[in-house]
Amino acid sequence: MNQIPLFETPRWSVTELTRHLRRLLESDDRLQDLWVRGEISNFSRPASGHLYFTLKDAGASLRCVMWKPDAARIKLPLQDGLSIEAHGKIGVYEPNGQYQFYADLIRPIGEGALYAEFMRLKTLLEAEGLFDPARKRPLPQLPQKIGIITSATGAALRDMLHVIRRRLPLAEVALAAAPVQGAEAPPALVLALQKLNAFAQPDVILLARGGGSIEDLWAFNDENLVRAVVASQAPVICGVGHETDFTLADFAADLRAPTPTAAAELATPYTVIDLSSALQNRQNRLDDLLMRRVSELRHETGSLVERLHLHSPARRLLIETQKLDDLAAQAARALAHRLQLEHLHIRAQVQQLESLNPLSVLKRGYAVITGREDGVIIHNARQAPAGSDLRVRLAEGTLDVRVQAESPLEES
Amino acid sequence: MSPPKKSSEDLTYEAAFAELQAIVDALEGEQRPLDEAIALYEHGQTLAKYCAGLLEKAELKVRQLSGNQLTDFEPGE
Repeated sequence: MNQIPLFETPRWSVTELTRHLRRLLESDDRLQDLWVRGEISNFSRPASGHLYFTLKDAGASLRCVMWKPDAARIKLPLQDGLSIEAHGKIGVYEPNGQYQFYADLIRPIGEGALYAEFMRLKTLLEAEGLFDPARKRPLPQLPQKIGIITSATGAALRDMLHVIRRRLPLAEVALAAAPVQGAEAPPALVLALQKLNAFAQPDVILLARGGGSIEDLWAFNDENLVRAVVASQAPVICGVGHETDFTLADFAADLRAPTPTAAAELATPYTVIDLSSALQNRQNRLDDLLMRRVSELRHETGSLVERLHLHSPARRLLIETQKLDDLAAQAARALAHRLQLEHLHIRAQVQQLESLNPLSVLKRGYAVITGREDGVIIHNARQAPAGSDLRVRLAEGTLDVRVQAESPLEES
Repeated sequence: MSPPKKSSEDLTYEAAFAELQAIVDALEGEQRPLDEAIALYEHGQTLAKYCAGLLEKAELKVRQLSGNQLTDFEPGE
């Protein structure tokens, strides 16, 4: 402390010193056009419209200012904790002797480089035809085995399992867990794809990850992963992040889903309810078909039976019976006729007979005389001497008489 | 999934349904002798019941690839 200095030590006022420092800093071109990255803290936006915040990382912190016109162009919602890259220059605020960063642009960290890389890879792979729509394969309508590649612990897995369990519990899920962000993610995802194809042979594979920042999703822009998606035997549905997030794996996939949940829905186009109603339909058709066949057969049988009846012996018998009846009636008629004739004939004969009846002459006034005792007909007067008792038979009644005299015929 | 009661083969739903569909198509197609139609119908009914059983009892099976093998996976809930 007591050494005698060789040169005189400069003596400056605070203002002079501060001004000198300011000139030093502001004359360094590297400090006048730069990007600096860090995490925002102590963010404030007073009524003036200027922005004040501190950028920090693990080792240091930097006061930052952004003037109102630049601040008005910021679309990113700034807040404490946000990692950003800010463009601007270093300056010194003399009143409190503080160097600070005057920012004129702010963007999410790494965005520029990542976007450039994304576009470069996309152009390259597109030129190779890896995103060609003609390359996309049809998805199974009723997958039996659904492969899932995602983080074993994320909400995405839970959401997808929930959807599949609700829609198609018939299916089987083969999970190949892999980290979905960070440097180890791309090779792990590629390996998961290859192994899932090789050892589980799923009908379809869901490659999925929940929402996150562009860096979080970056693994799904990996060139090797894109090539593995294209090479997958099973068609791949990619559901990474949200509706607005597009990754190269999305372009390479056979189908892009806006979210993991949507991916699970797209993988199960037919639900258990659809299957139930289709099944019911087939069962009804089966019933109808058999009923129709049976009624057809019944109808056929019926018409055969009718034809059979035409040739039935019973029918023949009926016809013969009828013939017989006809004959019998004919015979009866003939007989009646004959009887009538006979009857007439007999009547005539009876009349004839009557005319021959000896008694019938009595009606004409003749009488028959018999002996009263012997009943012998008296032909000759000699048969009845006087005093003989005779009986005279008249047409009506008889007379008992006694002969008074007899006079035989002389000339006989 | 427990084994089906009747058709002892371990048919997948898809295979059983495809067979059922084939039977419906066959019955809708050419006319068949009654005994054949009834046999087809009965087989179809068996398949339909089998399918309905699968739908009813279906419980999502989740397995995890560890190494080169699939093992049971228990979701962390």
